[in-house]
Amino acid sequence: MRAKKGVLKFLRYVLIYLLLVLFIMPFYLMVINSFKTTQQFVASPFSLPEPEKVGFDNYISAFNKMNFMNAIGNSLVITIISILLILLTSSMAAYFLVRHQWKINKVIFAVLVASMIVPFQAIMIPLVSIYGSLNLMNSKWILIFMYMGFGQAFAIFIFHGFIKNIPAEMEESALIDGCSKIQLFFRIVFPLLKPVIVTVLILDVLWIWNDYLLPSLILLSPAERTLPLSTYNFFNTYSVDYAPLMAGIVLTIIPVVAVYLFSQKHIIEGVVQGAIK
Amino acid sequence: MNGSRKKLLNNIGSFVLFMGPSLFAFICVLLIPLVYGIYLTFTNYSPIRLTYEFVGLRNFQAVFTDKEFWQQFGKTLVYVLYSTIFCNILAFLLAFLLTGNLRGRDFLRAGFFTPNLIGGIVLGYIWKFLFSNVVTKLGEIWDYQPLKTSFLTHPERAITAMIIVTVWQYAGYLMIIYIAGFVSIPQDIQEAAEIDGATGFRKLLHITIPLMVPSFIICFFIIISRGFMTYDLNLALTNGQPYGSTRLAAMHIYQKAFQANEYGIGQAEAIIFFITVAIAAVTQVLLTKRFEVEA
Repeated sequence: MRAKKGVLKFLRYVLIYLLLVLFIMPFYLMVINSFKTTQQFVASPFSLPEPEKVGFDNYISAFNKMNFMNAIGNSLVITIISILLILLTSSMAAYFLVRHQWKINKVIFAVLVASMIVPFQAIMIPLVSIYGSLNLMNSKWILIFMYMGFGQAFAIFIFHGFIKNIPAEMEESALIDGCSKIQLFFRIVFPLLKPVIVTVLILDVLWIWNDYLLPSLILLSPAERTLPLSTYNFFNTYSVDYAPLMAGIVLTIIPVVAVYLFSQKHIIEGVVQGAIK
Repeated sequence: MNGSRKKLLNNIGSFVLFMGPSLFAFICVLLIPLVYGIYLTFTNYSPIRLTYEFVGLRNFQAVFTDKEFWQQFGKTLVYVLYSTIFCNILAFLLAFLLTGNLRGRDFLRAGFFTPNLIGGIVLGYIWKFLFSNVVTKLGEIWDYQPLKTSFLTHPERAITAMIIVTVWQYAGYLMIIYIAGFVSIPQDIQEAAEIDGATGFRKLLHITIPLMVPSFIICFFIIISRGFMTYDLNLALTNGQPYGSTRLAAMHIYQKAFQANEYGIGQAEAIIFFITVAIAAVTQVLLTKRFEVEA
């Protein structure tokens, strides 16, 4: 009996690690081949690279052609400011919706929740048509405003669920002490929201940092390109020289994986919390 | 009288302060375009024409008689169906293997989740290399004919390639939701089942799976809605090729609007698409809910 259990346990480990190797293989292949020439990659994609021959040439080439620093700068600005705005405005709105059970607030909340099912494709054409005819394209700030709008429903939904369970007594006593409503929110309520802020933050980072379609419609000039846009453009322009392209892939992945290494527990927890609610 | 008036003004003031920015952005980028989009479907608006006029239901007529659109719509349904089935099977298996006492559990979960950190564009390009250069190389090494030509050059196999990448990408995501489901099953029920003699597969079938219906609902919902909306991956991996065989609905709408400049028809397609996604998502929830049991 015990021997059988031991065998089963061993088989379980074997199966898991086999699957993990399969899962990670694509990334591994990108890394080793990014240190080869295109000819070496085509001839033998599985062999280990001989770094002394190619070195970081592919990386230098990709870095320059993708205009990497500019793209990552744009991505950082757009992601950080959009998310700060989403967190601030949606938490205030959710707080107000919970604490004032007016009829209009109930309607607003229902509309917000219902809007989450609308796929982006149903909005995209009128969005381009409206903002295009108002000449409001090709600007980071318009894109940030759009992310702020698209991020509201989900964030309010999550904050709403959390604030509902915070007892109101504490706030009442603060009101009696002469705190204004806005002071009360920032001093007492906002700090309590920390765990859900992390959830919203993580899901929004994954969404905005990796988004391609919306920025591709709004940001038209090369100087404004985010990382996904510059990756796309790099591949379309230099599609025959594989080796620098693979270095480009690795370059775009590095920042995300670096953050992941330090916060993987939070990220996975955030995804679970966001999905279950 | 004066007091209630003051209170009303006060309420309006705090409404504007707390709700204003949030509602303003939401209305400007979501509600107005949604409503204006419905209006667009009744016009022949195009950014390359100076004027446009009301055309009634002609756009919808054009969509319903557009064979290509329905073919690609059908392809999208097939793609979503297979992705949903295989992704959930793999995710459930991974979650099953990764629940309980296991050395390096967090490391393993993190490893399987990794593809979800990366956008569809980059994932698509990675797999483009794999399908056209690495898998074909394997075919040569093993001397196995079907692998010698690239998946991406065959109409049938190119859509399979799309499904493979989608399953690979989302399995880790659904896995962590299933793990949360496994963990939430009360210990005493499991023990009671074991005392009653239910072990292994029977326990899984009669105890675990019925209690995990909420997880199934979430996972099906996520993969169905994301599957329908797939665009980035489609663009980077196949770009609709070969011969338009992998052009999924989202890409068809994009090209209709922004390459053929037919905003009205494109938006009519988008509305039909929206209704389909909503019906598929809601039907799934209702169907799956019927299997739900109380713990």
